[in-house]
Amino acid sequence: MLLKNTLRAATALSLLAASGAIADTLTIATVNNGDMIRMQGLTDDFTAKTGHTVEWVTLEENVLRQRVTTDITTKGGAFDIMTIGMYETPIWGKNGWLVPLNDLSADYNAADILPAMSGGLSYDGTLYAAPFYGESSMIMYRTDLMEKAGLEMPEAPTWTFIREAAAAMTDRDNEINGICLRGKAGWGEGGAFITAMSNSFGARWFDMDWNAQFDTKPWKDTLEFYSGMMNESGPAGYATNGFNENLSLFQQGKCGMWIDATVAASFVTNPKDSTVADSVGFALAPDNGLGKRSNWLWAWALGIPAGTQKEAAAKQFIEWATSTSYIELVAANEGWANVPPGARTSLYENPNYMDVPFAKMTLDSILSADPNNSTVEPSPYVGIQFAAIPEFAGIATDVSQEFAAAYAGQQSIDEALAKAQAITNDAMEAAGYR
Amino acid sequence: MARAVTTQRKTLNTLIAWSIGFVIFFPILWTILTSFKTEAQAINDPPLFLFFDWTLENYAVVQERSNYMRFLWNSIFLAGGSTLLGIIIAVPAAWSMAFVPSNRTKDILMWMLSTKMLPAVGVLYPIYIGFVKLGLLDSRLGLMIILMLINLPIIIWMLYTYFKEIPGEILEAARMDGASLKDEILYVLTPMAIPGIASTVLLNVILAWNEAFWTLNLTAAKAAPLTAFIASYSSPEGLFFAKLSAASTMAIAPILILGWFSQKQLVRGLTFGAVK
Repeated sequence: MLLKNTLRAATALSLLAASGAIADTLTIATVNNGDMIRMQGLTDDFTAKTGHTVEWVTLEENVLRQRVTTDITTKGGAFDIMTIGMYETPIWGKNGWLVPLNDLSADYNAADILPAMSGGLSYDGTLYAAPFYGESSMIMYRTDLMEKAGLEMPEAPTWTFIREAAAAMTDRDNEINGICLRGKAGWGEGGAFITAMSNSFGARWFDMDWNAQFDTKPWKDTLEFYSGMMNESGPAGYATNGFNENLSLFQQGKCGMWIDATVAASFVTNPKDSTVADSVGFALAPDNGLGKRSNWLWAWALGIPAGTQKEAAAKQFIEWATSTSYIELVAANEGWANVPPGARTSLYENPNYMDVPFAKMTLDSILSADPNNSTVEPSPYVGIQFAAIPEFAGIATDVSQEFAAAYAGQQSIDEALAKAQAITNDAMEAAGYR
Repeated sequence: MARAVTTQRKTLNTLIAWSIGFVIFFPILWTILTSFKTEAQAINDPPLFLFFDWTLENYAVVQERSNYMRFLWNSIFLAGGSTLLGIIIAVPAAWSMAFVPSNRTKDILMWMLSTKMLPAVGVLYPIYIGFVKLGLLDSRLGLMIILMLINLPIIIWMLYTYFKEIPGEILEAARMDGASLKDEILYVLTPMAIPGIASTVLLNVILAWNEAFWTLNLTAAKAAPLTAFIASYSSPEGLFFAKLSAASTMAIAPILILGWFSQKQLVRGLTFGAVK
């Protein structure tokens, strides 16, 4: 009798395990933004489908980056899924710190992921993180002010047009700045913007031998153009403005144009928060006639740290959160304007989504960004607004501080570039690249 | 005439004191006010001080999104537990340094203080790895020990300074009456140093409550206290200042109330012995 019961229990347990029905609790580290918070609110759907529960650890982006880096490099195992970006994924994938995602189910349809996204989240052809949402950058502009200035925004403008339009839209008496751009120090803030902008001016961070290139003319042209335009038409104190500061200015009607992340489009067109929601137009980020635009590419993606005890459940969660059915779930609950954008091709074939005013421009911006070929001259790195090497975050933070000091008038552009050159070459030499 | 000058000076002093107090308190006041605004009102330029449509929406959203009580309980456990543990270790340590000092006592005290000068991030990796190996990551016990250790130098220093104020002859008399070492510390020294111990406890509860490096780096979902609760509402990509302010107000409210009710004790203790 005892043997029979034991056998029954063992059989039942085996069946449960085989069907994946043993419930796990997943700990997921994530960032605090609208799309991620929305996902947290819909987690019950995942639990109902799989039986697994989820505990969220939500942190500010920079804190999260430090926290998950500490955990993955020490094999801490505090998290079963980490929200990471395009910068970390290929580096961590190369180091073997992430579980490869090349065995997701057929229903998941991994081929539907936008190629730019899967490319940026892969190393050596293997996907290491699934994109939850993707973004590029584009121009958001005030249609009423543009009309008042007697100008028409081309779908793909040049920097020369943008500078002229910014000057024409500036109205200091009414506190309207023609253009608002990031200047704040930090590799993910002003550093990201100026790097993407420099690509369109023909600049690059490194030559093919990893020598810094800040002593070249394209970098000087970039910084002189940027600071010249911002001094003419930008807001006071632009050297300390990041995404949030510019979003605040734009929503209050104090910017004629703003070039920033495509996800900002849903904020500036939301009448609850934005005073200019009904007069916002979109255009591709500017170029300079050299074949490269100044838009970036980024994705917040879900990756599984190698060594987690809950790999199967973690994969189930990733399949759920980054699937087309999740997009439909969000659309049903919160409307098509709130679905996570920029990750799947099929979303942009959906007529319901293409009715959203910024959908087409977001897709066009993402499609025009190529992280494997981001510079006019050849460069040895992958990435548009960053170089996907571990040393980049530290170097770019220091360099962006020098640039911000130049924008603030504390030093000349030549001095800032000379310091950037020295900082970068020293760091690259210490790291063994040169 | 002299009386008039004194009154004038008193009024001036009072005004200056209130002004300084207001300046110090203003960021907290602004956080509290912002928590009752909409996100659009929170970024309004010019800023809105009192005249706006007050709303409790942010508190409702924060309550819905986060398990506040779990964060609060963790904060109480960590602040209370680490302080209690610290006091248990620090009282005998401070006693020995105050009443039976050796030639090295001053050096030890200075060395203990110098550990506070080391940037915490400098020892993050060794401690993190140690926690992983010991299974203490994301545990209240592990974090309580860390918080106790980082505040222990301050606790010992404060108690040492208070104990130095107490005449050694009183302890000698107790010894002559047959008190054991335990009795001497527990029944003679401790009651006499109650004001000092109370202010030490209060200060350390506040320090442990506000600690935001280790509490963010050594926790995940289970042991995270209110500092992690606040951090979850901060975002460089999105204007959530009103919600962040609501979360901050909820996080600081308990310690603010504790500080308010114990301010006399705290000020008395601090001005009596420790920081002078």
